[in-house]
Amino acid sequence: MKKFALASAATFALLVSSASAQEETFRIAYIEGMSGAFANVGDQGLKHFNYAAEKINAAGGINGAKVVVEAFDGQTNPRESLVQLQRAIDEGYQYITQGNGSSIASALIDGVEKHNKRNPDQPVLFLNYAAVDPAFTNDRCSFWHFRFDADADMKMGAITDWLEGQPDIKSVYIIGQDYSFGKAVAAAAEKMLAEKRPDIEIVGNELHPLGKVKDFTPYIQKIASSGADAVITGNWGADMQLLVKAAGGAGLEAPFLTYYGGGLSAVTAMGESAVGRVMQVSEFHENLDASEAQLEEIKTFEAQSGLDYYYERIFTLMDMLKAAAEKAGSNAPEDVALALEGLEYESPYGKVMMRADNHQLLQDLYLSILADDVAGTVEGTPFGFKTVENGKIDAAATETETTCQMSRPR
Amino acid sequence: MTDTALSPALGPTRSAQFRDRVLPFLAFAAVLVAIPAFGPSRTWLTLFNSMGINIVFALSYTMLLGRAGLLSFGHAVYFGLGGYLAMHLMAAIPEGVWGVAGVFALPVVGFAGGAVAGAVIGWPSCRRAGIPFAMISLGIAELVASAAFIFVSVFGGEEGISGDRMKWFDPIAIGGLEIDFTMGPLGDVYWFIAFWTFLATVLMYAFTRTPLGRMSEAVRDNPERAAFVGYNPQQVRYLVFIAAGGFAGVGGGMAAVNFEIFTPENLSLAPSGFVLLMAYIGGIRYFAGPILGAVVLTWMQSSFSAYTEAWLLYLGLLFIVIVMFAPDGLAGVVARLAKGVTAPGAAPRLGRWAGRTVAALVALTGVVVLVEVAVRWSGGYGETFEPFGLPLPADEPITWVLVGVPIALGLTLLRLAATGDEP
Amino acid sequence: METFVFSVLNGVTYGLLLFMLSSGLTLIFSMMGVLNFAHASFYMLGAYFAFTIGAATGFWVALFLAPVLVGLIGAAVERWGLRKVHTNGHVAELLFTFGLAYLIEEIVKIVWGKLSIPYKIPPLLDGPAFTLWGTDYPAYRVFMLAVSITMLVALFLLLKKTRAGLIIQAALTHPAMVGHLGHNVPKIFMTVFGIGCGLAGLAGVIGGNYLVTDPSMAYAMGPIVFVVVVIGGMGSLAGAFVASLLIGLLQTFAVAVDATFFDLFGWAGLGAMTEVGRISISSLAPMLPFLLLVLILMIRPRGLMGDREF
Repeated sequence: MKKFALASAATFALLVSSASAQEETFRIAYIEGMSGAFANVGDQGLKHFNYAAEKINAAGGINGAKVVVEAFDGQTNPRESLVQLQRAIDEGYQYITQGNGSSIASALIDGVEKHNKRNPDQPVLFLNYAAVDPAFTNDRCSFWHFRFDADADMKMGAITDWLEGQPDIKSVYIIGQDYSFGKAVAAAAEKMLAEKRPDIEIVGNELHPLGKVKDFTPYIQKIASSGADAVITGNWGADMQLLVKAAGGAGLEAPFLTYYGGGLSAVTAMGESAVGRVMQVSEFHENLDASEAQLEEIKTFEAQSGLDYYYERIFTLMDMLKAAAEKAGSNAPEDVALALEGLEYESPYGKVMMRADNHQLLQDLYLSILADDVAGTVEGTPFGFKTVENGKIDAAATETETTCQMSRPR
Repeated sequence: MTDTALSPALGPTRSAQFRDRVLPFLAFAAVLVAIPAFGPSRTWLTLFNSMGINIVFALSYTMLLGRAGLLSFGHAVYFGLGGYLAMHLMAAIPEGVWGVAGVFALPVVGFAGGAVAGAVIGWPSCRRAGIPFAMISLGIAELVASAAFIFVSVFGGEEGISGDRMKWFDPIAIGGLEIDFTMGPLGDVYWFIAFWTFLATVLMYAFTRTPLGRMSEAVRDNPERAAFVGYNPQQVRYLVFIAAGGFAGVGGGMAAVNFEIFTPENLSLAPSGFVLLMAYIGGIRYFAGPILGAVVLTWMQSSFSAYTEAWLLYLGLLFIVIVMFAPDGLAGVVARLAKGVTAPGAAPRLGRWAGRTVAALVALTGVVVLVEVAVRWSGGYGETFEPFGLPLPADEPITWVLVGVPIALGLTLLRLAATGDEP
Repeated sequence: METFVFSVLNGVTYGLLLFMLSSGLTLIFSMMGVLNFAHASFYMLGAYFAFTIGAATGFWVALFLAPVLVGLIGAAVERWGLRKVHTNGHVAELLFTFGLAYLIEEIVKIVWGKLSIPYKIPPLLDGPAFTLWGTDYPAYRVFMLAVSITMLVALFLLLKKTRAGLIIQAALTHPAMVGHLGHNVPKIFMTVFGIGCGLAGLAGVIGGNYLVTDPSMAYAMGPIVFVVVVIGGMGSLAGAFVASLLIGLLQTFAVAVDATFFDLFGWAGLGAMTEVGRISISSLAPMLPFLLLVLILMIRPRGLMGDREF
C-alpha cells in the first residue's frame, strides 16, 4: 500500500506542477475510446494529433507555447466521456477534441455548454474532428464547438451526386449503426435519393447495435437476398471492418458506398474482392496530387507511427488552431474561437474555410474508389484509393443551408 | 444465538449504545461538514461527489448480499432506473428559485423509481436464493440494458438522456439572507451529495435494526428455521429487495444530478459488477464495510487510472486476494487488527502480523514492478518505468531480478510464517 | 428459401460454437457447483494462444497445443485458487472466478495490447466451400462444424464408454461415495476443471478468427454461455447441446426476419410509426437469449433436460 500512496502522491504532485506550468503549454485533451471495440481508431487519431503537435512545436509552438495532446479514455461511452471531460477541466485543460461517435460528441457539446455557462471565466473549447451528425452545426450548434469534418449531409450529397450518373444502379440497401449518426446517414440518403434519383428503390434500411455485432453474416445474407445493386453505409471502426469482412466471405458483389471505407483496417479486411467496388467520400486519400513536401510529410508520418496517413483534417485542425491563436494574439479559448470564425487556410490540398455562421469547415471532398493500379497504397496491401471521374466536389459546393442560431459571448 | 430472550441487563448499556450506534454517525457527519473547510480543489470535489454516490450504491447492495445473502449481478438496474426517472423529472422542473429545491429533492424520486422497479422485478426473482437468484439477476440486467437501447424516447438510445441541474442563476434571498446555492458549481453539488449520503446511510443503518432487517439475516442463515418461526422467506427477501432497489435509486438520483447524464450502459452488467467489487472488498459483514470499499475503490479508480494503465489489474488482484484470504473484506481486516491490539497476548501476535505484512509487501513490490514494466513494454510508446529515479527497461536483467527476487522472497517468507503459526 | 437455408447454416455454426464453449462449463458446473465466471476468459486465452503459437508453428499445431495449454492453466487455477476458496461456499467460488475474469482480461491487454489482433483463418480454409444461389458459404464454417461435431462425439464417448468417464459421472452426482471408493476426488475435480477450460480454449482457437480476437471477446461471450448452461439444465450435456443450437438459430433468425412489431401486432391497433410499432425483430436479437433465461428460471428451474434443480 505504501507504494500506492507514493504513486498517488506523485500523481498529485504532477497535477500541481502541470497546473503551474500551464503558462508555457497549450494543452489539448483528446477524449476518445482508448480501450474496447473502438480502441484502434482512438489510437490512430492520437498518433495523428501527436505528430501534428510535434510539427507545430518544432516551428515554435502556438504563440510560443508548447502544444501537448493528452489522451483521456472515454471508453466510447457518453457518460464516461463526460467524466473524462470533467477530469480534463479539473486539471486545467481549456481545449478538448473528440471525433469518434456522434453520441459522445453530443454529450460533450452539452457538457461544454453547461460548463461555460456556469464558469464564464474558464471557458472550454471543443474541436470536433470526426463526429458528423448534421445537428451539431444546425439546431444544436454552439459557439464553443467547431467541426473540421464534412457533416453527414455534405458527404451524402457527394455520394448521391455520383449516383445520379449511374443509371445501372436501380436499388440500394442502407445499413448503419443504431445511433444518431447512423440515423442521420439513413435520413440523408432517403431524402437525397428521392430528390436526385427518384427511380432508385431502397430495398433495405437497417440499423444494427453500435460496436456489438461480431458476425455480420446474417446482415450480409439479407443484403444479398434483397438483390440490391449498391450498399450505402456510414459504418466506422470495427463495425466497418467486420461488415466488409463478412461481405468478402459471402462473395457479395454489390458496390459499397461508404463514409469510412478507407478507415483503419477496412482495406486489409476487405482484400482483393473490394477492388473497384468499395468507394469512400473523404477530404483526403493517398493518391491526391500534392507537393513534394507534402508527400515527404506523409512518408515521415507513416514511418514514425507505423500507420497510414489518414486524417488530413487533424492537421488542418491543428494548423488552423495555431493560425487563429496567433491572429488573436492570445491562447484564451474565447479569443481563439472568435478568430477561428471565417478563418481561411491554405491546406496542402487546397483552400479551406471555417464558416462563421455555424462553425462548419468547408473543404474539398473527393469520392474515391479502391484500386490496384495506384502509387499510394494502404496498410501494406497493393491497393489504394483513387478519385473517381468527376469525383472532386469543391468546398463551396459542399455548403449546405443551416438552421443554426448561435449566441456569442460578445 | 441464544434461545432465551435477552434480559435488559444483558443488553448494551446506554453509553455502549451511544458509542456503537450514534458516535460513528456523528463522526461521519463531522467529516462531511469539515471537508469543504480545507478548500479542496475541483479534482477532489469531483472525487468526493463520486464517492458519496458509490457509498450509497454499495450500502444498498450490501442490504442484498450482506444481510439477505442474495448475490445480484444486476443491481445497477435499480440504480439506473431510479436515475433515469430522476433525469426525466429534472428536465420537467421549470427554471426558477423553487427549481433548486426540486433538483435537491430528486433522490427521493430516485428512491421511488428504484423501489417500484424492485417491486416489479423482485416478485419473480426472489422466489429462490443462491445461484438461481444470481442467474435471474444477470438475465434481467442484460434484458433491461438491451431494452433500454431500443426504447429511445425513454432511455435516449446510445447517447442517453442529459439534463441541466442548474435552474436558478442568482443568489437566493431568504429573509434578508443571501444564499449563493444554485446547484450549478461543484461546491454546491458537494453539499447536496453529502446531505443525501448521510441521510441514506443513517436510514440504511436504521433498516438493519428493524425486525425486517433482522429477519433478513435469519433468512440468509437458515431459511427453513425462519419459515418455521412463521416468516415467509420469500416475502422477507422480496421486501428487502424492494428496499435495496429503492436505496440504489437514491444513488441513481444523486448520480443524475452530479453527472447530468444517464445512458443505457449505466444499467448494464459492468456497473453491477463494480458495485459487487466495492461491497465485497469493503466487507459485506460489517455495516461500514461498503463505505470503506466505496471510498477506496472510487479513489483507486480516479487516481490510479491516471497513474497506471493497469489499475483494473490491481483491482482484480485485490479482489482475488480478499476472496481468498480475507472474506470479511477490508473492514474485517481493520476489525481484526483492532481486536488484535486490544486482546491479551498482543505483542507476539502483532509481531507475527508485522512479519507477514512485511513479507506480503516484499512480494507486492515485485508484482508491482512486474506489472508496471510489462504495461510500459506493451504500451509501445518506448516509455521506461522509473521508480524513484531508477530506470527499469524491460530488456535489462536487473529488472527481472527486481521482479523475481521480491516475489520469491515474499512468498517464501509467507509460507514460513504460515507453518510457524499455531493451528 | 435461400434466406432460410443460410440462416439455418449460420445459426447451426454459431450454435455449435456456443456448445463448445458451454459444454466445459456444464461439466464444471454440474460437478463442482461452480458457476465459472471466467469460463469465457479461457475461451479468449485459447484464441490468443492460438495466434501466438500459430505464428511460430502454423494453425494446425496451434489447434492442438493452445487448448492443452489453456487446460493446464485451468487445472492450475483449480489447484491453487479455487480449491482454497471451496470451504467458503459456492458464492465465494463464484466471486473468485469473477475476479479471475477481470484479471485475465487485464493480463491479455498487457501481453497482446488493447486492440484486436490479426488472428486470421488459415489460407487452406480461406475460401468458399460451395455456392448457393450466388452466395458463397465459407469453407472455414464447414471446418468449424466438423471440429465441433468431432468434439461432441469424443466427449460423449469419453463420458459414456470409458472407465474414467464413468468415474467422472459418478463424481458429478455422488462425490462423497466416489471418494469412499478410493478415488481421489479433488484430483478428479482438477481434471474436469482443466478439461472444461481446455474445451473453452478450443472454442477460442476456432472462434477467435471466425469472429474477432480482442480483449473484449470474453465479456461479449460470457453472459450468453451462462444462458446456455441454465437453459440446457444442470449436468446435461445433451441439454447444453440443444440449448446452444436453439440460441444460435434464434439469434440468426431474429436478424433475418424483416418485420417490425407493427407487422406482428398491427391488427391489435398498434400504429406503424409509434415507438413500439417501429421496433424491428432484428433489433431484439441480442435480448432473446436473456428473455429465455429468465423465463426458464421462473417456469422450469431445472432447465430443458436437467435432472435436478440447481
